[in-house]
Amino acid sequence: MNQHDVPLLQMRDISMHFGATKALEDVDFACRSHEIHAVLGENGAGKSTLMKLIAGVLQPTGGRIILDDTDVKLATPRTAQDLGLVCMFQELSLVPDLTVRENLLLGAPGSGLGWLRSEALAKAQDVLTRIDGGHIKMSTRVSDLSLPSRQQVEIAKALMRAPRLLILDEATSALNASVVAKVFDLIRAERDQGTSVLFISHRFHEIEALADRISVFRNGSRVATFDQGAHSYDEIINMMVGQKIGELFPPKPPVSATGKEVLKVENFSWEGRFADVSLSVREGQIVGLGGLDGQGQGAFLMGLFGLLRRAEGRISVSGKPVSYSSPKAAKQPDIALAFIPEDRKTEGLIQEQSILENLQLAALGLKDLDASDPELYTSTLDRLELKHGGLELPVSSLSGGNQQKVVLAKWLAIKPRCLLLADPTRGIDVKTKTQIYQMLRRLADEGTAILLLSTDYEELIQLCDETHIFYAGRLAASMSGDNMTAQNIIAASLNVTEERKVVHA
Amino acid sequence: MLDYIRSNRREVIAAIVLLVLLSLYLGTHPRGASTYVLTIWANQCLILGLAAIAQFFAVVVRGIDLSVGAVMALTNTLASHLLDGSAIGIGFGIVAVLAAGAACGLVNGLVVVYGRIQPIVVTLATASIFIGVALMLRPTPGGAINYDLADAVTLDVFGVPTALVLSGLLIFAFWIPFRRTGLGLGLYALGSSEQAAFQSGMDTRLIRIAAFTLAGLFGGVAGLYYSFVTTTGDAGIAANFTLNSIAAVVLGGVLLRGGVGSLVGAMAGAFILKTIASLMFFSGIPSLAQPLFEGLILAAAIAVGGADVLRARNRLEVFGR
Amino acid sequence: MNRAITPDSLMPYIGTALLIIAGSFFFPQILTFDYLTQQLQIAAFLGLLATGATIVILLGHIDLSVPWVLTGAAILSTALVGSGDPLLTALAVPAALAFGALIGIVNGIGVAVLRIPSMVWTLAINSILLGLAVLNTGGFNPKGEASPLMVSMASGRVLGLPMSFLIWMAVCAVITLFLTRTPFGRYLRSIGYNEKATFLSGVSTPSVVFAAFALAGMCSAMGGVLLAGYANQAYQSMGDPFLLPTIAAVVIGGTSILGGRGGLFGTVGGALFITLLTSILSVMQIGDAWKSIVFGVIILAMLLFQTMRKGAHA
Repeated sequence: MNQHDVPLLQMRDISMHFGATKALEDVDFACRSHEIHAVLGENGAGKSTLMKLIAGVLQPTGGRIILDDTDVKLATPRTAQDLGLVCMFQELSLVPDLTVRENLLLGAPGSGLGWLRSEALAKAQDVLTRIDGGHIKMSTRVSDLSLPSRQQVEIAKALMRAPRLLILDEATSALNASVVAKVFDLIRAERDQGTSVLFISHRFHEIEALADRISVFRNGSRVATFDQGAHSYDEIINMMVGQKIGELFPPKPPVSATGKEVLKVENFSWEGRFADVSLSVREGQIVGLGGLDGQGQGAFLMGLFGLLRRAEGRISVSGKPVSYSSPKAAKQPDIALAFIPEDRKTEGLIQEQSILENLQLAALGLKDLDASDPELYTSTLDRLELKHGGLELPVSSLSGGNQQKVVLAKWLAIKPRCLLLADPTRGIDVKTKTQIYQMLRRLADEGTAILLLSTDYEELIQLCDETHIFYAGRLAASMSGDNMTAQNIIAASLNVTEERKVVHA
Repeated sequence: MLDYIRSNRREVIAAIVLLVLLSLYLGTHPRGASTYVLTIWANQCLILGLAAIAQFFAVVVRGIDLSVGAVMALTNTLASHLLDGSAIGIGFGIVAVLAAGAACGLVNGLVVVYGRIQPIVVTLATASIFIGVALMLRPTPGGAINYDLADAVTLDVFGVPTALVLSGLLIFAFWIPFRRTGLGLGLYALGSSEQAAFQSGMDTRLIRIAAFTLAGLFGGVAGLYYSFVTTTGDAGIAANFTLNSIAAVVLGGVLLRGGVGSLVGAMAGAFILKTIASLMFFSGIPSLAQPLFEGLILAAAIAVGGADVLRARNRLEVFGR
Repeated sequence: MNRAITPDSLMPYIGTALLIIAGSFFFPQILTFDYLTQQLQIAAFLGLLATGATIVILLGHIDLSVPWVLTGAAILSTALVGSGDPLLTALAVPAALAFGALIGIVNGIGVAVLRIPSMVWTLAINSILLGLAVLNTGGFNPKGEASPLMVSMASGRVLGLPMSFLIWMAVCAVITLFLTRTPFGRYLRSIGYNEKATFLSGVSTPSVVFAAFALAGMCSAMGGVLLAGYANQAYQSMGDPFLLPTIAAVVIGGTSILGGRGGLFGTVGGALFITLLTSILSVMQIGDAWKSIVFGVIILAMLLFQTMRKGAHA
């Protein structure tokens, strides 16, 4: 087995900087052939950047990449693919307006800009069949495929390129368990033939099932590399996070049912995406919204902010029934809702404008507020310890976490009665997360009602006073206090609860 | 078949609209569906069709080419110098005219890619240059084109207008095979999602340059065909054709955001536009009101495409990709 | 916040200065007060159109209806004056401006409500206006004449400076105020960069689009009124030669065609530069062909210079 110990690919002193953000700093990393190597780390730890370097999508700011003992420069994805380094990207690399067949042929080995050769299609079709994707028609446009089908196509596209090193970046996140098992069989078969596999996933059981070795990344550095089984689950979590989970969250105040109802939603429905949702948020409360992706909780939050036409139901703010149909109406002082959208890069901020201009955009034009008054923002920015080199710099010069602080400060400037947040800590470093959690708790204490959509169970359990779980557009369960456990949340998310545990606070 | 219609919905709609308009036109024309009527109609359609194809190649990679008309003017005036005399001379002349068109497109592509300037601005500037060259070649309309050759490509073959035969050749001998090449695929990939095309290992720069070169080449073909139809060279034709080529591709279901549409659609759009104009001519609408009706129909056709948006229930959807 | 004067926006001014200096070696008359003020007078026509175009381009859109909004406003105003009725004569200018605003709002509806790409929608509106003009005038040059007010607006002088130039500057001053001192200006740029994020910040983006296109339409109409005053008549297609120079003036003034970045200061320089360039090329008595080529090459060179300068910084 000696030959297997020779690294197929080595990275030495690799650094990757985006402006002020250091995505990777002096990283050494190696992977061998005949090995499935899992890469773990929180969002923003640098995993995806590492993969993009290997795939030739990005070029490192410093360091060397060595393939079979030779230095290589991976200038474009084409170069990387010609060397056998193939990546299945987290952001799908399929072209939406082309058919499945065309996508598979796009950049396929051996076909440049000339006549397309379809021999490799047989391999792709074979892969698709083996992972339950046989029903996917070659003539379907990718934009008409469901997310799981797209992932299956993506897997087939990667494997038909006969990779020496295969990178799977969250490759199976949308697939159901039985398909995942088949994909894993396929990956194992590839490994046994000598392929080296880099595997990124957030699901621990997948890593347990598949990985031979594990590397943990945190804040742009590789923390450790070890054989599967060498460390326990808890130890690995600690390596990833750098501190214990309990320390992340501020202590919860005792349950109080006396706060005034700030936001009350009754029988809220829209277009079959969510139906008959009723809930309320009291002063001082942080209320969580959970569930698997796309169960209607995201649309529900958008509806509350006036983004959905013809949403039905009753909404009251501070006891008064209100009706509004645009974000502009929702932010007016009589309603005073604020919404932190899911994608801060394209929805929360205007990247080309300065930090200051972004801060002012929500308050601008509101009566009784002078958007140019720095006082509106400074207290929030100080509390969140925004690190910046001047407010006149473009907001794109900030790291992801600091950008999210700007989004928060922008909306807190209008002194919202109720703050709606869509997964505000996704892809953010641990320190910023802690700061945001403390900020939210403090806002709650000061009387702001907070409605927090989260994909992170720990957030729902540790931060929220009450949590509602969506399933297929309806509230599957509502829980508070000791009922909020990971088991209950998972069960409700999958809608396998025997009895609905509705607990009113 | 149903699948095909669904995924090529825009082209199918354009084709149906075209057929309806055409039958209306032939029905109202005093001389009916004679070869003579069809030939004149088809020639006019093909000129704009070729211009629309040129525009299509720029639009499909998420660009726009404001120099389409200028390239036509340049190649038309060049043709009016070269396409008379000996057969060999004419042969070389045709090659030179097409090469000139492609060269214009190549310049556009190189400046867009290496100068990193928006296509609309680049082609605005190069259009001025190309028109200047055209004016140098023909300060006033004139020149001559070999009549035999002009007749051969602008009359009819056994009763079928040559322009329609050429259109068919273009689709079956060029477009359908082209669509099966890496370049044909790459154009769409680039326009639909540049990121995905790049990650799939496509050379996005080369493809973009190729797209603009093709746009130039077809601008040249359009200029050449215009020469055959009019048998003179005229440097003043640019503005009209540029704007109409944009209107034509939009009518033909090509999305200005790139990645959607086809050469067939672009041609259909051009044919629709020209048929409306011809229809107007024989429809009994007072001639002074015709430009207004043309404008209204164009606006209505475009607005119908936009009506989809009014049905969007999620206000964020309208912001598109 | 004083970002109005950027290196990009200074480029056309430097270009203008170079043109004057270089031109004066061959043609000393360029340095005379008369010649230069005459250039200011003519630049005002292009300048007003470019001012409107800047607003729309900052928004991330484009207005191709400029030529026939201009022509329509000219026809409307001269026709009102031609009626001989003193009341209608007095209404000539306000009516033309109202016409421009109305067409602007129609443009805005297509763009903001129907979400049709502005390039296509304004093009369609342009051809409708053309059709209306043809129907209305019978395809001949429209009857009518400019009022004394319009003539003096276009050709009069105040303290030696051309009236048209002063009007242009006044319009620029008012719009600059709008762009820098009101939320509207901020919204405009924000939409130009990222419409979705602006909407999610609680901004009624459609009203901003309406207002921007309406302002632009009024600028085009104003240009039409002045041109009609200058020529003492309106004529078919009088706006067509202005479309591309208008866009060129905005772009070489450093305003990004993608929206968001840029401003009126650069546009003023751009309009001056293009007017002077055209004029000097005429003075040199070179043919239309070379004029067109030199024009294109210089614009291309300025654009390349702008991006290369940025490339060196990045």
